[in-house]
Formats: sequence, structure tokens, C-alpha cells
Amino acid sequence: MTISLKPGNTPPEKLQPTGWLKYLSFSLDHKVIGLQYLVCGFFFYLIGGSLAGAIRVELTSPLSDFMPREVYNQVLTLHGTIMIFLWIVPVVNGAFGNYLIPFYVGARDMAFPRLNAVAFWLIPPSGLMLITSYFINGAAQSGWTAYPPLSITTPAAGQIIWILSVLLLGGSSIFGGINFIATILKLRRPGLKLMQLPMYCWAMLGTSILVVLSTPVLAGTLILLSFDIVAHTGFFNPSLGGNVIVYQHLFWFYSHPAVYIMVLPAFGLVSEILPIHSRKPLFGYTTMVFSIMGIVVLGLVVWAHHMFTSGTPPWMRLFFTIATAFIAVPTGIKFFNWVATLWGGKISLNAAMLFSCGFIINFVLGGITGVALAQVPFDVHVHDTYFVVAHFHYIVYGGSVFVIFSSIYHWFPKFTGKMLNENLGRFHFIITFIGFNLCFAPQHWLGLNGMPRRVAEYDPQFQLINQISSVGALLMALSTLPFLWNILQSILYGDEAGDNPWNALTPEWLTSSPPPVENWEGEAPLVLEPYGYGEKDSTKTQEQLK
Amino acid sequence: MTSIVPKEQSSESTKDLSTEEHEDFRLFGLIAFLIADGMTFAGFFAAYLTFKAVNPIGPDAVYELELPLPTLNTVLLLLSSFTFHRAGKFLEKNQSKECQKWLLITGSLGLAFLISQMFEYFTLPFGLTDNLFASTFYALTGFHGLHVTLGSIMIMIIWWQTRVPSGRVNNENKFPFEAVELYWHFVDGIWVVLFIILYLL
Ligand code: HEM
Ligand SMILES: [Cu+2]
Repeated sequence: MTISLKPGNTPPEKLQPTGWLKYLSFSLDHKVIGLQYLVCGFFFYLIGGSLAGAIRVELTSPLSDFMPREVYNQVLTLHGTIMIFLWIVPVVNGAFGNYLIPFYVGARDMAFPRLNAVAFWLIPPSGLMLITSYFINGAAQSGWTAYPPLSITTPAAGQIIWILSVLLLGGSSIFGGINFIATILKLRRPGLKLMQLPMYCWAMLGTSILVVLSTPVLAGTLILLSFDIVAHTGFFNPSLGGNVIVYQHLFWFYSHPAVYIMVLPAFGLVSEILPIHSRKPLFGYTTMVFSIMGIVVLGLVVWAHHMFTSGTPPWMRLFFTIATAFIAVPTGIKFFNWVATLWGGKISLNAAMLFSCGFIINFVLGGITGVALAQVPFDVHVHDTYFVVAHFHYIVYGGSVFVIFSSIYHWFPKFTGKMLNENLGRFHFIITFIGFNLCFAPQHWLGLNGMPRRVAEYDPQFQLINQISSVGALLMALSTLPFLWNILQSILYGDEAGDNPWNALTPEWLTSSPPPVENWEGEAPLVLEPYGYGEKDSTKTQEQLK
Repeated sequence: MTSIVPKEQSSESTKDLSTEEHEDFRLFGLIAFLIADGMTFAGFFAAYLTFKAVNPIGPDAVYELELPLPTLNTVLLLLSSFTFHRAGKFLEKNQSKECQKWLLITGSLGLAFLISQMFEYFTLPFGLTDNLFASTFYALTGFHGLHVTLGSIMIMIIWWQTRVPSGRVNNENKFPFEAVELYWHFVDGIWVVLFIILYLL
């Protein structure tokens, strides 16, 4: 039997490249792959962010004067697609999942290291392909939803490239999902029960179930769409007898769960960070687990709340409104559990904690507007206006992106063995938080007053608010600078972090920083109470805990 | 503080997983993959049924679908599931000559299915872009045919690998064999659903 077939054993190839070069190679080490995901994702975030900046510049004046309309549509489409498929999904799942899950289950690697590497290496080429389509024959223009008939009638080249790259990215995330399911359920260290796993494992298990169930449906749909474009079939082309509503159903059967694919892992990460920095056990572990599974089940049956204005029959509207409202229950439970975890804790307001708290605040606001949107009469009023734009940016930016930053501050010492500068981190948080709210909060008002989304030109009465929003976006863009500076400085001259700078109990901290190739010298520790913090041990060092 | 079990107490439990447990987790990955694959078909089926419900232009109205060939195809596939199973039995008994024989029969049945499906395509009076029904029909059967093609190739690989003495698949290393077998049963199962939905409903 070849050695690569033995789980928990390192395939020999993993040892080959050393130094930073290993990050550019087909490494099979889950830690290397995790960081590859993270850096690659951040690279695309910078591109997607620049595109957002371009959009905001265009919108500072009511006329379409900065770029022509088609270009605006292309930029908008690229921005949305990049942010979702190349930044949030790969980072909250691929990056942190790959880095942390093997530690959390006490394994030396993921279940299928080769599949894992393949899943990552699908991303850079498809992302670059997507972006170069802009220069070749014009990028796709139909938004990240690619609704037909628009996506069938606009120039084909860009749309086909768009479909191809989304298919590849979808494949990558399915491979990842399969790997996480097998790793979490079957690679656990003997003696470790499911109900003793850190919460992020549960979040990733739920997310992976969603990925495996819903992403293939998107793939099938996009294959049909590409037939419509290339072979002139009429699946979604009304003029050939097809039906656009069927596309919307299939699309949202993936894309509503996709919201949870972006935000459930973020829930998991926050659940890891809060207990450590407030020195309290995670409140209500069991209810947390059940609420994740509840979100998974409900998340699969609410897709049509995106289609209230697409002529859905009344019974359908009623069903999907009620189902959507129900999701607020498990989500609310999680919110209260986080607050209860913080309550009375010894909170250290470091950058990681600030970003996590910022997440909780933003997410509540986004959640409230979400429940509002699930009410048909209200949705009919604000559908396809800036209200929706504000809502989902509160979820995806205020939710997931805040958590990504929080996690970087929290795990950077583990990744590199160096500490980040806390003051710079707090500064980063403050500008991001102000910029974010300045940018997106006014957009609720724009939407309620009828400014449509996806337009380069608008009624002059909206100009002032749009300018305020653009200033917020500028602040957000600027806030990246202290962050990048901080990372650079710390890698070069940062203080040594030591193995466990936060005195944490989760298993990744019980090894050296950065960890050895096999994760632990000797055998993996068996951590049965990952959240066993209390008043007394908050002052103990890790040595004393052992 | 009992959260971390000291090293001494836990030494026996960190041994590498045995081969058996190991196959168990690969099987898990495979099942997750098959569920994902099945969801692609589920999406296609849902699209087809909705099209049929809201927009009933199709061969049903204009011409009847012929049943003999697809029925033959169903028989071929079900038969091949059975022969694959036989091959597995012989692998367990270490009779690799017999096993190879049954695998060869299985592969040939897959090939026969593909030929017969080609034949059906040529005799059908409608083409891919004729109407909505035609497009969905070809998309579904074509996607399934792709699965049969891949499956047949994998069966041939397995057949090659069960040779004695140099082949790599045998009673000790059964997983590749079982994986292909599970995949093949899955493809057969999908065909039965497809047959019912497309030809009988
Ligand atoms: C850097 C801060 C960001 C700014 C200033 C920004 C700004 C914008 C603007 C102005 C639009 C156009 C809305 C419309 O006309 O419909 C937009 C669309 C969108 N944004 Fe962002 N955005 C940012 C970050 C993000 C992030 C992190 C995501 C992550 C998922 C994201 C996802 C989307 C999506 C999905 C769309 C819709 C695109 C479409 O309709 O096809 N944005 N964004
Ligand atoms: Cu939704």
C-alpha cells in the first residue's frame, strides 16, 4: 500500500518544498493550503474592492460620466462575482477550514490531501480567467445572478467565460465540502466525540452539507444556460418557449444557501474567538449545535423569497415568508448565546474582539432588514432597490468580512509565530467600522425612497446621500492600508508570539507557532473541553493548565 | 481542569487508523460525492418536470416516444449491476480469473447501453434545438450517458487492475473495486428514475 493512503500520515511529497516557496507549490499540507486560500482570497478582495471603488466613483454624480453603461454593468458583475466566489466563500471555508479543522479533530491532515490541493488550485486560474474576460471580449454584464434572458442576449464570450469560471469555482467548493465532511465525521482522534468538537467544526459540517446539496444544482443550471448561449436551445429563452422563472428557482436554490455558506463558517469562527478573549465558556453549546443544523435545514427551503416579484403564486409567497421568518429563530439563539458568552466575562478589547463585536452589531442590523424583506408587501416595495444592496452588504461585509479580519488578528500568531500590532489593529477596526456604516447605512434610505440598484444613472435628488456613501467607501478602502502595513511590519519585525499567546484551550494552540508539518511533535492532545475557561484559569499559563 | 488528557493516558488511542477504518472514511467521501452528483440530476429532473407542467409542448403532443430501445437499455443496466455484484463475490473468494470475466461482461453491457442509446438518438425524429422537451430530453439522457461512459472506463481500469499477480486491486485492497461498484449502482439507479420520468410519465 502506498503511504499516501494512510490517513493522518504525511505523504512524502508534503515535505519537499521549504521556505516561502512552498506556498507557490502543489503542497499537500493542510496548513499551507489554508494560507494559500487566504492570501489568494485577499488578492481577489483587493481587485473586487477596487471595482467597488470604481462603482462608487461613478455614483458620486447622477450622470453616467465616469464610465459608459456597459462598462458599469461589467464592473458591477465582476465586483459581485469576485467578492462572493473568490473572496468570501474560499476564505471562510477554504482558508480557515483547511487550517483549523485537522487540528480540531486531532488529525495530521485532511481526509483527502490531494483533492484538497486540487480544490485550491482550481481557484487562481478561474479567477484570472474571469478577470481577463474583461479585456478579451467584454466581461459578462448581467450581474452575479446572470438572469436570462439578459445573460443569453448580451455578447456571448464574456458570459461563457463567466459560466466556466463559476463552474470551476463551484467544483472547487464541492471538493472542499466532501473533504470537510469526511474529515469531521470520520477522521476524529479516537476518544473524541462529536459533541466535544469546537463549534467551528459544526459550522463547517453544516456548511459542507449545504455545499454538497446545493452547489451541484447551480452547476446543472449553468450548464443548461451555456447550452442556451452556445447551442441556441431554449431552456430559459422565452422566445423559444423556455421559462426564465425555472432559472430563478434553480439559481436561488443554490444562492440562498450560498448566503449561509458565507455566513455559517463566520458564526463558527466567532464562536471560537469570543470565549478566548472573554475568558468564559461558550454559552449554550448544545443549542448552538442545534441552531446550526436548524439553519441548514431551513436554509434549503426558503429560496423563493428572492422571487416574490417574479409572479410567484400566493400560496408560495405565504410558505416562503413563513419559512424565512422561522430562520430568525435559530439565528436569534446564536446571537443570544454570543451575548451571554460575553456577559460578565473578562473582556480584552483587542482587535480580534473588536471585529467580532462589530460583526455581532452589523449582523443584527442586517438580520432585521432581512426579516423585513421576507414580508411580501415590503419586499414588493423595495425589491431591486438600494435597500436590498444595503441589506446584503450588512450581511456579507458587516458579517463575513468583519469575521475574516477578526480571525486574521486572532490566528496570525499561530500562522506566523509573530504578534500583530494591537494599536494599529484597533485603528483599522475603527476606520473600517465607521466607513462601513457610513457607506451602507444611508443606502437603506436610498432604497426606501426608490433608487433602483444596478444603474449608473439616477435621479439628482439622491446625489448627496450617494456622495456620503462614497466617502464611507473611501474610508473602507483607506482602512486596508494600516492592515497591510501591520501584516508586513509584523512578519518582518513583529514580536515573537510564543505557542499560545491567548492562553487558549482549543487544540491548535497546544502546538508550536507556526506548527510543525505533522501538526504536533509526538501525538495529538485529546481536548475534551475546548471552552473550559473560568475565573480561576484566566490567569494561568498554558504550562500550568497541562 | 480535565480538559486536556495528559499524554501518558492516551497513548494507545493515537495509533494510526487501521485499514478498515480507513476505507470507512473514503467510503464516506464517495457517498458525499454521489449525493452531490445526484443533486445535479435532481436539478435537471425538477427543471424537466416544471417545463412539462407549465409548458407542455413536446413530442408527447406531436409524436410518441418509442419504448423498445429504452426498455432494452433498462434491462442492460440492471443486468450489469447484477454482473458487477457477481464479480465482487469472486474477488472476495480470491478467484480473480472469474472476477475478471464478470467485470468484462459488465463493461460490455455498459458499452452495449451506449451503442443502443446512440442508435436511439439517430432514430428519434427530433433534434436538440427543436423544442423545449427535445432539449431537456437530450440534456438529461446525454448527461446520464456521460456518466455511463465514465463508469465503463473505470470498469475497464478495475478489470485491468484485478489481474494476478501484478494487478493492484485484490481482496486486500478492495476499495477501488467497491467504489466503482457503488458508482455503477448509482448510475443505474438514476437511469431507472430517468426512465420512469422521461418515458413513462
Ligand atoms: C469594499 C466595500 C464594498 C463596496 C463599497 C461595495 C459597493 C457595491 C455597490 C455600489 C454595488 C452596486 C449595487 C447595485 O447597483 O446593485 C455592489 C454590488 C454588490 N456587491 Fe458590493 N461592495 C463592497 C463589498 C462587497 C463584498 C465584501 C461583497 C461580498 C459578498 C459584495 C457583494 C456584492 C454583490 C453580490 C453585489 C451585487 C452585484 C450584482 O448585482 O450583480 N460587495 N457593491
Ligand atoms: Cu435568501
